[in-house]
Order: sequence, then C-alpha cells, then structure tokens
Amino acid sequence: MFTTLVFWVAAPLALVMAVGTVVARKVVHSAICLCGMMVALGALYATLEAPFLFVAQILVYTGSIVMLFLFTMMLIGIDTQETLVETIRGQRVASGIAIGALLLLLVLAVGNAIAGGFGTLEDDNAHYSGNAQGLAVLIFTKYVFAFEAAAALVLTAALAAMVLAHTERRSPKVRQRESAAARIRRYAESGTSPAPEAGPGVYARANSIAYPALLPDGSIAGGSVSPTLLGRGDAVLNAETLPALVTEAAAEIAGELPVLTTSAQASSAGDPAATTVSVEPAPDDAEGGAR
Amino acid sequence: MSPNAYLIVSAALFCIGLAGVLIRRNAVVMFMCVELMLNAANLALVTFSKVHSELDGQVAAFFTMVVAAAEVVVGLAIIITIFRSKASLSIDDARRMRH
Amino acid sequence: MGGGMFLLETGLSGMTWVVIALPIFAAALLLLLGEVADGWGHWVGVLGIALPFGYAVALFLTMLREPAAVTVDLYTWLRIGAVDVGVTLLIDQLSILFTLLVTGVGALVAIYSIGYLAHDPGRRRFFGFINLFIAAMLLLVLADNYVLLFLGWEGVGLASYLLIGFWQQREAAALAAKKAFLMNRFADLGFITAIAVLFAKAGSVRFSEVAAPLNEAGGPWAGIVAVALLLAACGKSAQVPLQSWLLDAMEGPTPVSALIHAATMVSAGVYLMLRSLPLYELVPAVQVAVAVIGVLTLFVGAWIGAAGRDMKRVLAGSTMSQVGYLMLAAGLGPVGAVFAVFHLLTHGVFKADLFLSVGAVTESVGFGELRRLGGLVKVIPWVFAAFTCGYLAIIGVPFLAGFYSKEHIISAAWDASPVLGGCAIIGAGLTAGYMTRLLLLTFVGAARWTELADADAAVAAAEVDSDAPSTPEVHHAPASMGFPLVVLSLLSLGGGLALNGWLQGWLGPVFGVELAPTGLLHFDWLSYTTLGVVLLGVVVAVLRYRKVTPEWFDSWQLVSPPLPAVVDTVASESEVEDSEEVAVHSVDLAAIGAAGLYADALIDRAAVAPVAALTESVAWAERRVIRDGTDASWRAMGWVSALSRRLQNGSIRTYALLLTAGTAVALLSMLIWVWM
Repeated sequence: MFTTLVFWVAAPLALVMAVGTVVARKVVHSAICLCGMMVALGALYATLEAPFLFVAQILVYTGSIVMLFLFTMMLIGIDTQETLVETIRGQRVASGIAIGALLLLLVLAVGNAIAGGFGTLEDDNAHYSGNAQGLAVLIFTKYVFAFEAAAALVLTAALAAMVLAHTERRSPKVRQRESAAARIRRYAESGTSPAPEAGPGVYARANSIAYPALLPDGSIAGGSVSPTLLGRGDAVLNAETLPALVTEAAAEIAGELPVLTTSAQASSAGDPAATTVSVEPAPDDAEGGAR
Repeated sequence: MSPNAYLIVSAALFCIGLAGVLIRRNAVVMFMCVELMLNAANLALVTFSKVHSELDGQVAAFFTMVVAAAEVVVGLAIIITIFRSKASLSIDDARRMRH
Repeated sequence: MGGGMFLLETGLSGMTWVVIALPIFAAALLLLLGEVADGWGHWVGVLGIALPFGYAVALFLTMLREPAAVTVDLYTWLRIGAVDVGVTLLIDQLSILFTLLVTGVGALVAIYSIGYLAHDPGRRRFFGFINLFIAAMLLLVLADNYVLLFLGWEGVGLASYLLIGFWQQREAAALAAKKAFLMNRFADLGFITAIAVLFAKAGSVRFSEVAAPLNEAGGPWAGIVAVALLLAACGKSAQVPLQSWLLDAMEGPTPVSALIHAATMVSAGVYLMLRSLPLYELVPAVQVAVAVIGVLTLFVGAWIGAAGRDMKRVLAGSTMSQVGYLMLAAGLGPVGAVFAVFHLLTHGVFKADLFLSVGAVTESVGFGELRRLGGLVKVIPWVFAAFTCGYLAIIGVPFLAGFYSKEHIISAAWDASPVLGGCAIIGAGLTAGYMTRLLLLTFVGAARWTELADADAAVAAAEVDSDAPSTPEVHHAPASMGFPLVVLSLLSLGGGLALNGWLQGWLGPVFGVELAPTGLLHFDWLSYTTLGVVLLGVVVAVLRYRKVTPEWFDSWQLVSPPLPAVVDTVASESEVEDSEEVAVHSVDLAAIGAAGLYADALIDRAAVAPVAALTESVAWAERRVIRDGTDASWRAMGWVSALSRRLQNGSIRTYALLLTAGTAVALLSMLIWVWM
C-alpha cells in the first residue's frame, strides 16, 4: 500500500521533471529538473526492493553526474542562451510523429509484457543477508569480468577527459608585472582607465550585482555588470527603470554634489560610454571565460 | 502495483528523453536527455529484477550507472573541447564533420 | 624427336636445312648491314639463291638414283597435348621439284634483277626481300606439316607485301601491297581454322597423318578443313573470289611479278591442295568445288587478260587463268594432281619468261601500256624472240612446254567430266586469243610509242611515272637481263619434252597412282580438238588486232568505267562469282574486263560495305547506348546522391531522428512478427 502511494507520488513527479528537463529554456533549470527526476526515480527504485540502487542513484546521479553537468555549464558559460527557433525544417513534426509511434509501440509491447505480478526479492536478500551484500556477491563473482571491464572503462574515461580538457599553454604566462604594464600601455594608447572597473551596485539603490554602477554624472559605468548576467539578460538595464534609478540616486546625494545632471542630459551630451552598455563581453573577458 | 505501470513509466521517460535529444540543440541539454533515457532503461531493469525475483537486473542497472558516469565524463570533455573551438554549444553548429 | 637436333638423317638430305638457312642468312646480312652492302649486296643475294639451287640439284640427282621420301626432324617446335609440331622437313619427289623451281627461277630472276634494278637505290633491300621470300617459300614447300607450312605461307605473304610495295613512295604500290596483304590475311583465316580443327579433331598436323583420323572422326570435320584450306588457297593463288589483289600486285617490280606473282607464290595454294589430296579425297563435293573454282578463275583470268590495257595486267590475268588450270587439275584427284605439278612447273618457267620479257620491254621503252607500244619487233628483236618462246609455250604449240602439260590437264578433266573438259578446251582457246592480242599489240603493227609521243607528251608527263621519258628512247637491256631470258626461253621450248613421260613415273608414288607415260607424239582426238580451238583463238585475235587504229584506243581513255547499274543492284545481295553473269548485261565487255570484272567494287559492296555499316552501327551503339547509358547512369547516380545527400546533412539530430524512426519500424516489424 505504501509502495503504491510512493509510486503514485514519485512516478508523476519523475515524468513532470523529465518534461521539465526537456522544455526548460535555461540549462540550469534543465539540470535541476534532471536532478529532481533522478531523486523521484530513486524513490521508485526503493519501492522495487532496490535499496542499494536507491542510494546509488541519488549519490551517483544527483551527487556526481548532475554536478558534472553544472560544473561544465559554469566552465563554458551559462550565458549562452539557446534560441528555441527550430532550424531544421520539419524536425519537430517528424520527431513528434516518430516519438509518438515509438511510445505507442513501447506501451503496447512493454506495457503488456508482464502477465503476472511482481515476485519478491526477499529470499535473495535474505540469502545474502542484505541487498547490497547480494549485489556485491553477484558483482564480484558472476559479473566480475564485467566489473573489471567497467573499471577499465571508467579509468579510461577519466584519462580521456583529462586529455580532452587539457590544453597546452601557447603563450607565456601573464604575471602581475606584465598585466600592469599592459594596463598602463592600454591607457597610453586608447585612454582606457588603468584603475579597476567599478563594482556593481556602486551608487545604486540596490546592492544586487544585477544593478550597474553609476558614474559621478549619473551615467552607467560600462563593465560594472558581470558579462554573464548581461548575457543571461538578468542585468537591470531597462530603459524605463534606469533613468528613474539614476534620478533617485541623484536625489539622495543632491546635497553633496554641486552639479546634477540627469541621464537624459548625459545621453544628450553624447558620451557614448554613458548610453551604450556593452552587451557583448569585453574581449579579454570572453577569452577568460573560454579558458 | 502492476509491474506494467513501472514499465509504462519507463517507456514514457525514455520517449521524453528521446524527444529532448531530437528537439533541443544545446549539447549539454541533449546530453542530459541521454541520461534521462539511460535512467528509463534502468527503471525497466530494476522492475524486471523484481518481477523475476533475481538480483541480476539490479546488477545490470548498476553497471549502467557506471557506464553512464564514464560516458558523462568523456561526453562533457568533448563538449568543452567543441565549445573551445566553436564558442557555441549548439549541436547544429557542429556540422563540420559533414564536409 | 627432341633428342639430337640435326642430322638424324645422314647424307645429303639430312643437310637440307641449309637451303633454307642460306637465303635467310643472305637476307639478314643484306637487311642488317645497311648501306655498307650497297656495292656488293646483290651478289650476296644471288648467291643466297643460287647456292640452294645447286644443293637442290645435287639432292635431286641423288634422289634420281634412289627415289625415296625422306623426313628430317630438326627440332620439336611445339608439343601441345598429344600433338607434336616439329620443325620437320619433308623431302620427296614433289617438294624437290618445287625446290628446284623456286631456287632455279629465283636464281634467274635474281640475276635478271641485277640489271633491272641497276639504277635503283633500293636494290640491296630488294635482294634482301627476295632472299627472305625464297627462304619462306622453301620452308613452305619443304614443310612436313601444316603449321610449319603456315609459317612459310605467312613468310611469303610478308615478302610479297614488302616487294609489291617495294617502291613504297608510290601511293599505288603502297595501296596494292596493303590490299594484297589484307586479302591474304582474310584467306589465312581459313588456314588457321583448318589448323585449329586439325589440332582438335585429327590429333596431328602432318600431311600424311591427318586424313585417316578425320575420316574416323566422321562428321563434317573433314569437309570443314577442306573448305577452310580451299579458302586459304584461293587467297594465296588469286582464285575467284579473292583474285583482285593479283592485278594490283603488278605495281611491284617486274622481277617480283615474275617470281612471286607468276612462277612460285601463287602456286602455293595449288601446292597446298596437292599436299592435302588425301584429305580432299574424303570429301568429293569439296573437290568438285576446287575444280569449279579453277574453271571459274580460268575464265575470269582470261577475260581480264583479254581486256588488259597494260602488259603486266594482261599477264596477271593470264596467271590467274593458268593457276585456274592448276586448281582444276588439283580438283581432279591424284591423276590431275600429277599434271597440275607438270603444268605448274612449265607455267612457272614460261610465265617467268614472259614476265621477264615484259620487264625487258619496259626497261627498253620505259612503260608497258599497250596503247603506247607496238612495232617493237624491229626495235628489240631479242626480247621479241624470248617473248615469243613464252608465248608459243603458253598457248600450247605442240612439243613446247605448255602443250604437254595443258593437254594432260584437259584430257584428265575430260575423263572426269566432259563439262570440265570442254571448259578447259575453251580456256585454251581463250589463252591463245589474249596472248596473241598481247603479242600483236606489243610487237607488231605501227610503233605507236613514236606516233603518240608528241600527242601524249603532256599526258605522259602526268600519268606515266617520272622515270619514264615523255619521248621514249630505246635502250637495250644489259647482259644480266639477257642470260635469264635465254635460259627461260630454252626451258619454255624444251621443258615439256624433258618432263613429259618422266614426271608421271616420278610423282606417281607421291599421289599413289600408276600412270602410264605417254609418248611425245601421243595425239588423240582431244589433242586435235584443243589444237583446233587454239588455232581458232589465234586466228580470231590476229584478225581482230592485226591492224588497230589510234582511234580505237581512244575508247580506253575511260580507265575505270563506272560500275553498271545492274551490277550495282545485284551486287548488294549477290556473291562475287555472279559478276560474270551480271556483267554480261552490260555492253562494253572489254571495259569490264579492264576493270578487273569490278571485283574491287563487288568486294567493296559485299564485304567492305557491310563491315563499314557494322562499324557504323557499333559506333552508333557506342554513342547512343553505351555512352548515353553511362551518362544516364551517372546522372541517375547524381540524382540519387542529391536526394540522399539531404539525409546526410551533418546534423546529429537528423541522424537521431532517423535512428528513432528506424527503431520504431524495427519494433513494429518485430511485434508484427511475434503477433503473427
């Protein structure tokens, strides 16, 4: 009875989470949904007298595999957003038809495969004095060669991952001295300020990193918002909200600053850095992200 | 609870994962959907294990997990490598092998 | 076989190979040494033939004492299955006669050529070719089996080709050589077929061993071999329907015409018939065909000879006609075979005499066109005398060479069939007619070569070879040309007397017949009839050609009249032999004869045109079927590829979709399979 309850809770959850994995627009959401699906699946394993797999599912899948996905996303940038417009003509329709047919066939075939009900694993588990012990006995006796092969596979995969992810350094390592020299040279050549860029939220009403820093004249300081946030569209750069923010900020410090300009005036003054926020990451930032 | 219910859930999960592989273009998401399909297969294995009162199905599911882990490691490394060279995660951009 | 190479037979006959080796050596020397040998090469050439002649005489004298057939195994050439092909020489009564003829006439012609070609820059090359020919011809007549004979057969074909085209700078000569070569190769198809059948069915290629196995084998094989060999013989001996190359072969130097295209090579076909006599005895029908072809050629040659406008072409027609006699005799069985050899020998002598006389005429006046000759009897009486000797011999004046040999053939033909005998008698009359015509037009009457000289000066410059002077100046032939003429004239006069009566006994063992020698004064009613017909022919010709006017020759202007329409229509579906009957409908018989009975045009229509049409159709098929088909296949491939390329778009998701669809289909079929 309890297993039925768990099934009816976990199975729809798993399905919903699976659908979420597929349809979520953001990759992180997909990963989270996948995580939930794994946990629900683990619960289903528990109802199927597989306590070891229940634990392994949660540990291995949610604990390591999904984490690997997340690490990867952190490495290669969460900001790459997928356009959901299909590029291959007829792919979705065809996929729908094919998957529908396959599901129908699977349900017809597999869904009716078992005439009787469940057996029980209690005898086996009792024989090996426990589910994990039973699996262990099987793995180290009957399936020992498969186990060794799997071990070799995992080892190879680890090596392969290292080889694939590793890149040789092709340029000399940039140390502090070199980067400082480069910064000053950049200043001399193009006038880029050698000072560190402003952090987010400076002079902002909110301290969220999504809010850009404002310059003394009230315009937005370029580069003060993480390119990742910009790429995700999470930066608060709306044309409607910003002028108000700037105005409010200006009002709060009105007494301290003798000259007050609005952002509108700033834009009319024609300072390009003030009105256009670099949506694309700066070149060096992009490189850093790729590495 | 009928084993067929588990199997239908398994089939449905498999097809959902398949749909993700076919429709999504983000390589990482596609990869997740492949994991989804593997899990669906695992569920069927565990179900049959209980149906037949044998632990072998669970062993098979265990091995699937091992293989999936290895696969994820290599697959993600490949994805990173592709991303490095193409600065894109869209699988549609990785068509150069055609030529 | 195979043990020792040489001298298995002791004595003179064991060394017979030297008669072949000497001319080969001479030919190699002359052809390889190059200009070094220009000064003395002709003497090497003469020795290369004269020494074998001396050897042959010695051998002949030995055999006279002790007549026996000797085979000399020199070498095992091929051993294919059970069939051995040896380089084996057969020296018997027949081959020794041929050897004597070939080397004797060959030596005389070689001596003659020294003078004839004295001013030709290619004389050394000529002698090399002649020696090559002699070697091949001797190999042909001394061979013990068909394969070795074929080697010689091809060798003489090659030498013939080289010598017809000796003046290769002349287009006509080059074309004639090519024509002779091609027609002979076509005929050789028959020879090769025969050899193949012999290999397969007879298990031997030796002359003496093929008839019995073929007889046992039964079936059509003996007939096939006989017909195939007949085809080969027709080509080599210029018999209908493959006769036309011989007329063009006259483009070669006159000594070549005398030696190869009159005395020796053209008789090789007859020799083949004679050697295959046991085989032909098995198939009487083919034997009749041999005789019929002989008679047919007898008339065709006579016709061409009677209409010839050039001395050499007249003699070429005459050669065809006389070889027709030989074929007729060869088709009559063993009795005829003996007389075929007789006539072959006498013909070889007197025809060589005639040709060399013609060569002397052309050497003296510079050309051989009958229209521009005449009255030469006063100018070159010695040549006239030599020519007359040959003339009298060929028409069969009693006690001269041609009389005995021809009389024997006629009587043998009459014994076999009065029809054949009658034809042979008529042929003798025709021979007398056209030879008288040739004699009269060349040596008697007005000297047209002076009368026409001015009128034809312009024409002559254009149509006569550059070495012929427009106003001919008679210069007399050198002694080297005179000596062979004297010898050959004497042989023409006395050869028949010498051979008659003796030859039957000599050749009897070869052909397995016992023939009672006939006396020199043996005349029966057939002889008188023949002599009457010959006399009639002479009288008719004398009456017709005693006086000819220049206007009469004007009708010759049309050298090559167009093919009459009636021939044109019939020829497309008829064979060449029909030409006579068809051509009769036409008016100008002389023009037809001068045109060689349109053999070229008929062959063109009967053989060349179909092949050309076949080639055209093959070419058409190549263009329309093969090329277009190939194009269509690659286009279709392109379409299919373009279609399938859309599947192969490089998108992994498309592949996954296809994989899914495939899985679904596989699953469906699996379910259907289970549920069925």
